[in-house]
Amino acid sequence: MDQRINDLVPVIEKILPDVDGLLGLKTGPGGIVAPYLFVKERSEELTSLAVWPKEPLPGIIKSIQQAHPDAKLAVVCRGCEERGIVEMFKHTQLNLDNLTLIGLQCTQEEAEFCRCAKPFTVHAKLTVGQPSEGVPDPLTEKIAAMSQPEKLAFWKEEFLHCIKCYGCRNICPQCFCNVCALEDKTWVETGRLPMANPSMYHLVRAMHMTAKCVACRECEETCPAGIPMAVQFRMIARDVREMFNYEPGAVIDQKPPQLLVLEEGDYARTGLPH
Amino acid sequence: MIDYKNVLTTCPYCGTGCALHLQVLDEKLVGVLPAKNHVVSEGGLCIKGWNVHDFVNHPDRLTKPLIRKNGKLEEATWDEALTLIAQKLGEVKTQSGPDSVAILSSAKCTNEENYLLQKFARAVIGTNNVDHCARL
Repeated sequence: MDQRINDLVPVIEKILPDVDGLLGLKTGPGGIVAPYLFVKERSEELTSLAVWPKEPLPGIIKSIQQAHPDAKLAVVCRGCEERGIVEMFKHTQLNLDNLTLIGLQCTQEEAEFCRCAKPFTVHAKLTVGQPSEGVPDPLTEKIAAMSQPEKLAFWKEEFLHCIKCYGCRNICPQCFCNVCALEDKTWVETGRLPMANPSMYHLVRAMHMTAKCVACRECEETCPAGIPMAVQFRMIARDVREMFNYEPGAVIDQKPPQLLVLEEGDYARTGLPH
Repeated sequence: MIDYKNVLTTCPYCGTGCALHLQVLDEKLVGVLPAKNHVVSEGGLCIKGWNVHDFVNHPDRLTKPLIRKNGKLEEATWDEALTLIAQKLGEVKTQSGPDSVAILSSAKCTNEENYLLQKFARAVIGTNNVDHCARL
């Protein structure tokens, strides 16, 4: 068994009596793991606690908080999930006051699976496991080094395999708009098959992830066609870091550039007719 | 007490057998999550699987059989509906022969249900006109 589970159980047992629920992972029928809200009334269920695979927990916290705004909750979160929670807080999607973070540090193997630069938590006061070093992302490096025509050919080929399941959008905790631009009739007309090569879908989504994507890679993991779409977000994240000195989820009181420009930056109207 | 859990099930839409989790918050179905470490779907779903939670409590969903009476669909009991179907199928078979009937089965059904349907076609109606929704 993963040593981190043995280490987590006493930490959770200590917190559980003081919260209305703790979101973690539970092994279910057939060894299939799913997110689960552990509660003090059924603490014996902690024998089924799991730590892998990772799941899109920030979005689930949001759903639970929406239904129970005053609930005291705790969550076992990895580095990426912690960043996701912090970023959603900045966009007023989550409340951090009643949320206890228990940091779960990823193993080296898990970090390599995710090509993750930051496989550790930085905000959680309670942590379990030894933090691993960030690993390089050879795929992003490879694509970044391509010429523009090569990049175009690469992405055209990748997007051609898209089955238009919208899974990448559905699973993304940062895709929280009430009205999704991608459901606009301009892109997909009701009752018709979507276009064969939906580059526009992927590029619109990539733009919308600017300064929001926390590199959890849930989108890539759920893609039935294996499109390495996180690469797009990581390349955009580099630009955001250079241009705005901003990393989603890294610093709680640093405002995201989308909000900063409107409220505090130099914002002048272009004077163009509307 | 807050209750959030995921119920593992198999996607009802086609015969692939993708696994999915129905997200249940306070006894209400609120969404779908793919089952990551499942051997068939490996954490992926198609657009239909991603939306299966929508039809379960949809107001348009039929909960009772409807029979067209005087040009208008009216709610009926299962007994009424099945009696009518048996009567009409019997009439067609008597008037035009067993091969005037075709049976269309579905990937949404279990193997056992599909077996029963072809058995019904061959043994009860007496036709080999059996096909499947996937060929539509």
